[in-house]
Parts: sequence; C-alpha cells; structure tokens
Amino acid sequence: MKELTCIVCPRGCRLTIDDNLNVTGNFCPRGAEYAKNELTNPKRMITSFMRVKNRENCVVSVKTSVAIPKGMIFQVMEEINHVGVDAPTRIGDIAIKDVLGTGADIVITKNIK
Amino acid sequence: MIKRDLVIIGGGSAGMAAAIEAKKNGIDDILILEKDGVLGGILNQCIHNGFGLTEFKEELTGPEYLSRFAEQVEEMGIEYKLNSLVLDVTENRIVTYSNAEDGVVLVEAKAIVFATGCYERSAGAIQLSGDRCSGIITAGTAQKYLNIHGFLVGKRIVILGSGDIGLIMARRMTLEGAKVLCVSELMPYSNGLNRNIAQCLNDYNIPLYLSRSVLRVEGKSGRVEKVVLAAVDDKMKFIPGTEMEFECDTLLLSVGLVPYVSLLDKLHAEMSSTRGAKVNDQLMTSIPGVFACGNCLHVHDVVDFVTDEGRDAGRGAANYIKGLSEKKKHIAIKPGNGVSYVIPQFIETDLNNDITFKFRVRKPVKNVFVNFKSGDQLVNKVVKPVLIPSEMVMIKLNKDKLTNLPIDEIEVSLEER
Repeated sequence: MKELTCIVCPRGCRLTIDDNLNVTGNFCPRGAEYAKNELTNPKRMITSFMRVKNRENCVVSVKTSVAIPKGMIFQVMEEINHVGVDAPTRIGDIAIKDVLGTGADIVITKNIK
Repeated sequence: MIKRDLVIIGGGSAGMAAAIEAKKNGIDDILILEKDGVLGGILNQCIHNGFGLTEFKEELTGPEYLSRFAEQVEEMGIEYKLNSLVLDVTENRIVTYSNAEDGVVLVEAKAIVFATGCYERSAGAIQLSGDRCSGIITAGTAQKYLNIHGFLVGKRIVILGSGDIGLIMARRMTLEGAKVLCVSELMPYSNGLNRNIAQCLNDYNIPLYLSRSVLRVEGKSGRVEKVVLAAVDDKMKFIPGTEMEFECDTLLLSVGLVPYVSLLDKLHAEMSSTRGAKVNDQLMTSIPGVFACGNCLHVHDVVDFVTDEGRDAGRGAANYIKGLSEKKKHIAIKPGNGVSYVIPQFIETDLNNDITFKFRVRKPVKNVFVNFKSGDQLVNKVVKPVLIPSEMVMIKLNKDKLTNLPIDEIEVSLEER
C-alpha cells in the first residue's frame, strides 16, 4: 500500500495504490493511470525556455510534447539549455525532435515575431 | 476627450475574457488598456503547464493559454493599447491613460471593467527582520527575471512561503542549476496545491518546514549570506532554541498576493475583506458602471476561473450599457462561521438564473456542511468532504431559492457533520 498525491491536474487527489496496482481515491481515470505509472515508470512533463539566437536578450518558452522519464529530467534540461532557436517562433514548432531518444519533442510554447 | 462604450483596464486573462464576452453581447466599442508590451498579463511568465483544464480540457502552459484569448481579441477586432498606463479614473467614468505614442488621453466610458490583477506582498509587508541586503526578492519577480529575461537571480536559495509561485519557482530554479535549500511556511499547512508540493518539492527532495519562519536575514556584505529560520508556536511567536541556519545568497518571498486596487480605492468604492471591491451579482462595484473581476477582485488559484469571472464582468458591463441591470432588490451575502469571504457580496438584479457563490474557508476542514441561511431559514445545504483555504469553493444556487427570504441577508457558514 502506497500513498501518492496525483499531479495530473490541479485537483491533486490523494491516491492509494496496493501491490496489485489497485488504485483508490482518484476522481478520474487519469489518476489511476498516473498511480500505476508512478510505481512502474514515473514520468514528468518539463517546461523551460531556450535562447533565441537572433534576438538580443531573448528567450522563448518550451515544453516536452509528452512526459519524459523522471530520471532523465536533468539530461533533457542540459540539452534544452545548449540548443538555441531562431525567431520568429510559433506555438507548436518543434525545437528538438525526439530529445535524447525519449520519444518526446521539445515544443515551442510562445509566439515571437 | 474620446468616447468608448466600454474601457477595460488590464489585458490579462480577466480583461481579455471580459472584452470578448462584452463583444459577444453586442458591445462593439471596446478599448483594452494594458500597461505591458504584450497582452496576457502574468501568464506570460507562467511557462509551466496546468492551465486550461476546465476551459479547454487540455493542459496548457501559460503562454499557450493566453495566446488563445489574445488571438480571439485580434480576430474579433477588439481595440487594445499596449504600454499604456491608466493614471486616473473618475466617478463619472473618465479614464486617463498615457503612452509614448498618444501622450495623455482622456476617455469617457459608459462602463469600466477593472481587471488589474494583484501584486505580491514584499519584505516590508511581513516586517522581515535582519539586514537590508540585496538578494531578497519576491518569487514572482524572480520568475519574470528567469522566464522572460533568462536570468537566474541566485544559486543557493531559501524560499519563505509555500504559495504556488514559491513552489513552482523551487522547481524552476532547481532545473536551471540553483540549489534550493528549503521552503519555510509560517502556517501549520501549505498554501500551495497538493500537486505542486508533490511535483515541485518532493520530486527534487526539497524539504518543506511547516510552522517555521525567517527569524533574521544576515548579509553584512550587502548580499544575503545567511537565513536563520525558527519554529513558531500557535500564537505565531518564535520558539527559542529552534533556530536553523542556511548559508545562501537569495531569499525568495512567496508570502501572499493582494488585489491591485489603488484606482478603485481612490474612487471610494466599498471594499471587502478580500481587499478587493465589494460587487453585486453582475460584478458591479458600489460605483455605478464600474465592474471588477479576476485577481483584483479576489486572488484566484486557477486561471480558468479568472477567465470565467472575466466573462461574467463582460456580460455585466454589457447589460449595464444596454440598460438592463436595474436594481430590483438588495440581498447582502455575508461570510459566517469558518468562511473568510463570499463573492458576490450583494444580489441586486434578476438577470442570472443561477448565482455562483465563491468563497474560501479560514482553515482546512473535513466533512462539513456548507449552510446558506437567511435568518432562521435554511436556504441550501451542501456536503463537502474536504475544504482547504488555498482552493476556492464554488457553489451554484438557483434564483428560485432566493425568493421569499425572511430577511434581506444570506449567511454562508460551515457546520461540522
């Protein structure tokens, strides 16, 4: 039996999961899925920014397209920090495809003209 | 002097939603005044995800969420002025703003919506003791430096206050290579969302110390060198012998947000315990034709609810301009046992079929009834399993329930089950 706080949405359900991966306390099915993943292969979304190379003192916000393995957060951050992008940027543009083989793309989240 | 039907002060989530909704309700002559160089307000710096679950059934980042509304403002041809600061608002609804292009301009408006957001409590506001050195900065300011300008404000960080911005910044600064030593919270419980404690602190092994605050800051060199925490008792007094010392270069403050209402104050609008204005069911303040919504009315925890409230104010303003919002009654809504405030503070029109009461509890409670009472008459009773101060509660009542009340007052209170 393990207790977890669901991070899928701001509701923050308090979940319990037993050894047979039965989940209780979840408001929606995504909570059950989160609890199961958390015990087997925990993943997190990452949001950060990248330098805009052709603009002075300018950064653009980015996110991972899907959650990445928790253990790879800092490696992915390093990758994001040493790759830059050029403006203009559009929301949804892919800045890095399949970052470090995680299957997640680094996606732009801000329009810069 | 120029004339507009509706002037909206602030182009953030609340202001954009108010403008879009007013336009949908037949008001075409709208002007949004925004002091920043872009629309979107605080969401521009909230690059983390978690926005839009109610609004779009998606989990968006702040800039993605705001862009959906900014694009609608463009598409609908709603006029907005950036880098434009409102200097004055008068009782007869003359708004003075200034920007580099237009100079100082007076606008006469039929209605005004305040959507000015909130500001962070500072070191002075909490009477922080110790040296007055650099490196003491509010979490939101550090967030702006980092996420908009790309500057990390420190390398070894102590955070005072466990509000959501503080928690989000603990993770952000950790990701960018800073060492966050701890988060200290004066209250015996956190004011942040559970998920943020899980994913921002627990994920990175950042300790959260409850019932502890900053005893003093040391920084004789001119920069923060050390922060000393100590435990507090139930009267919020420091307990001698419980000191913990942290060598650090930065103290981030996440110690609360206050509605930004200096212009409304000047109008002598009636104020509430939220430190925002008192409003009726149309979100109109005590000044006729002047409306308020979003964080300048009361500080929200979820932006989707800010958007929704902005719409209510936009609709309210449109009703007012069209001459529909005649006052037909005056029912005062009062917070009772365990409730810190309720919005709206008055019900005056018959325009809404349902009235959504928004309120916060004073402290965490489990298994309670929320009672709506008018004198001795129980108007409504709702069961709630868990209520915490950091999550706004919303309960809808049909207007049929609000007729034939024994007195012109409804009290919202908690009762143990």
